[in-house]
Amino acid sequence: MLTVDDLTASYGPVTALDGVSFEAPRGEITAVLGANGAGKTTLLRTVSGLIRPTRGTARLGEHDLTSVPTERMAELGLAHVPEGRGVITELTVEENLRLGALGRGRRGPADLDRAYALFPILAERRGRSAHVLSGGERQMLVIARALLAAPSVLLLDEPSLGLAPRIVAQIFDLLRSLVESDGLTVLLVEQNARSALSIADRGVVLNLGRVVVRDTAAALAGDDALRHAYLGF
Amino acid sequence: MDRLLGRSTLRRHLTLAVLGMLVVVVVLESTGPFRNAQFASMAYYGIAGAGLTILIGLNGQISLGHGAFMAIGAYTAALMLQGGDPLPLPVILLAAALVTLVAGAVVGVAAARLHGPYLAGATLALAVAVPGIPVYFSGTLGGEQGLNVRVPDIPPWFADAVFFVTGQDMSRSRYLGYLGWFCLVVTFVLLANLARGRVGRTWRAVRDNEVAAELAGIDLGRARVLAFVVSATCAGLAGGLLALSARIAAPSGFTLTLSLLLLSAIVLGGLGTLTGALIGAAMLTFVPQLVTGLGQDLGLTDVRAAELAPLTYGLVTMLVVLFAPAGIVGGIRAAAARRRAVKTSGTSKEARKDEAMDEIRGVTGDRHPGGGVRRG
Amino acid sequence: MQQLITTVLTGLTLGAVYAAFALALVLIWRATRIVNFAQAPMAMITTYIALVLIDAGMSYWVGFAAALVSGLVLGALVERFVIRHLTGKSEINAVILTLGLFIVIHALAALIFGARYRSFPAPFGLRGFQVGDTTIALTGFGVFTILSVVGVMVLLVLLFRGTDVGLRMRASAFNQEMARLLGVRVGRMLTLGWALAAVVGSLSGLLIAGGGLVHPSYMDGVVVYGFVAAVLGGLDSPPGAVAGGVILGLSLSLVSGYVGSELVPLASLVILMAVLLVRPGGLFAQVRERRV
Repeated sequence: MLTVDDLTASYGPVTALDGVSFEAPRGEITAVLGANGAGKTTLLRTVSGLIRPTRGTARLGEHDLTSVPTERMAELGLAHVPEGRGVITELTVEENLRLGALGRGRRGPADLDRAYALFPILAERRGRSAHVLSGGERQMLVIARALLAAPSVLLLDEPSLGLAPRIVAQIFDLLRSLVESDGLTVLLVEQNARSALSIADRGVVLNLGRVVVRDTAAALAGDDALRHAYLGF
Repeated sequence: MDRLLGRSTLRRHLTLAVLGMLVVVVVLESTGPFRNAQFASMAYYGIAGAGLTILIGLNGQISLGHGAFMAIGAYTAALMLQGGDPLPLPVILLAAALVTLVAGAVVGVAAARLHGPYLAGATLALAVAVPGIPVYFSGTLGGEQGLNVRVPDIPPWFADAVFFVTGQDMSRSRYLGYLGWFCLVVTFVLLANLARGRVGRTWRAVRDNEVAAELAGIDLGRARVLAFVVSATCAGLAGGLLALSARIAAPSGFTLTLSLLLLSAIVLGGLGTLTGALIGAAMLTFVPQLVTGLGQDLGLTDVRAAELAPLTYGLVTMLVVLFAPAGIVGGIRAAAARRRAVKTSGTSKEARKDEAMDEIRGVTGDRHPGGGVRRG
Repeated sequence: MQQLITTVLTGLTLGAVYAAFALALVLIWRATRIVNFAQAPMAMITTYIALVLIDAGMSYWVGFAAALVSGLVLGALVERFVIRHLTGKSEINAVILTLGLFIVIHALAALIFGARYRSFPAPFGLRGFQVGDTTIALTGFGVFTILSVVGVMVLLVLLFRGTDVGLRMRASAFNQEMARLLGVRVGRMLTLGWALAAVVGSLSGLLIAGGGLVHPSYMDGVVVYGFVAAVLGGLDSPPGAVAGGVILGLSLSLVSGYVGSELVPLASLVILMAVLLVRPGGLFAQVRERRV
């Protein structure tokens, strides 16, 4: 379980995250929703140590993540797929995947085979430079790479951005099945609140760095006033 | 201070120049030939450093090749002094500056299209390449041995005038000291006016943000070439003076080390400030003797003790870059700015602090984070 | 004809050394976006370490190994204690920092080892091979030079393409943030990168010194040629650096043979400017434009 308590972070004088607290239970998808600039990406970056909080904690089991350097997050079982630039385009597809597998000790080629089984298109391109992949293929690559580290918690930043709805549905179906079969904990940041809530178990709505509401996905999707005010659908 | 020096920038600079020249007279007249010679060196280091600090600090271009420009100036002066009946020294020094100006323009046109490490590498190549030229053309340029320089006689009217004022006879080294410092004061006045005026603002704008400068209608290439030319011309003048002081122009006098020491001197003094260039020149002139003496006390041979000076420059340069990029002058200004900011109260305090910070930033030469794309 | 062959063979040998030095510059540039001008004195001082050991009666190979190991250590120390503290400052500051280091190491070498010229031995013959009854300009040491540079390149390719450490190093160089998120200790990889680059630099220092004279400034020209070679190859590309080194070695050898050795640095400057102004992405650039 990932527990965020009173997490506060700022960029210079601007407070981007202001006393955020919530829990992301094991084996569930927790959607983090809100408008542009609400602090969603900052939340993920603070949890994975790319930004140091000025106050508060993020705990994974018994570990306080706020004192763990980013490099050690993979070992602790936390994988973070950042928005957009996650693919290392100078490496080949296979090298990107190998890098993911290195994150949690040495693993044999069987793991890569699992990734290729999930995304056959990556197997076709394994020797090519990741530079040639399309947007959807890149998204598959970064998710496959994150999964190769065998994480217990997956932080996903805008996985649907710029992708065709059919591919988004495919990725979300995969997430759902991983959560149900492996007990993966997912923290899913999305602009597209409607589709995020359709697969999430619960949701946290942020506005200007503060938590507006935490509830089950169904309750959030059913609250018309909230949807109009913060979720834009 | 403002009242004393007058409001107009030019008048202020001229007043400072006259005061500076008075100090020079007093110092040169009250010291012996050895110190006179040292002050003459300080003058040419100061001139070359001033040109370089303007280029790096105000325009954001780096040059590791100013030793090469000094060589061009020195060889020009040396060649013109070869005959039996040379032209007057001011003409020769002017020619040294002008020939280097042309060379600077050629290099500057190419340099204007390069940035950061590329420009550094290209000018480094220049610094290494130029000393080979006199070796190749050893017939006219004297090869490895270089060209000996005979300092022309002191003009009688000048010796008489100085005697009239000070009651002392003029020695050659004192004459060269006067010549060097007169050139330095003239150069500094010109550079100060340039830096304060429209041209200086253009240079700073190009340094801080190329895109914004271009949008404001500044021709980036022209601004860069001009800065490079001005800077190289200073180095050429300094080279001419160096040839006179050293009485020789030889390839071994213009190694890469000279260019690098020049750079480290102005970094220590504080990039972008003429005062910093002067402080740097003083260090280049006086620190060697100081630390070499220290080394000899520690039991080092003369030759090895002489290496303590560059060692000191190098170490301090690294420390300055890592911990105090504004150099000595910048550090003093920042301290003064803090004091001013504390003194003034209320809302104006913040404004003062901003102003002070601008002043500090103005001398550090930090590029705007969004540096921008260079075109053409 | 005879002279042309001589020129080409000399050029190939020199080109191999420039290629190695360029490779050292490229490795560091890729990882930290810094051109390490201090690479020249770093290589110089490790050569002096070899010379001291050899003069003390040890075998050439002990000195050779000691120089490479001290290069490794020096490179790691420089990254960890100097370069690491520069993060986020302007690119001019990075240049000035490496030049400060340049001056420091230079002065240290002169202080410790003296500034006079000292001869450095070569492990193999310095006389040209006999082909029929003519002597060609390829020496035993020249063959050793070419082979050792090729050997280093093969090792580097194996390291970068074939090992996990190599993969981690490349990931750190290309995308630090993502590498850290994937569990790569980026700081260690950068230290390792500088260390390896310094080893390659030291090798080129030893090869230049072999059978010649050593002096605190003897690598000053090589840093220029190495830089020009690296830029010829695009500054970002290790294979490009190697090709650039060979091309430059051949061109400069032609200049030296047919015009005059004094003008070799000037020729390298001309080549550098021509490349930067006409093909800023290097000779082998394909599409991506580059800011120079």
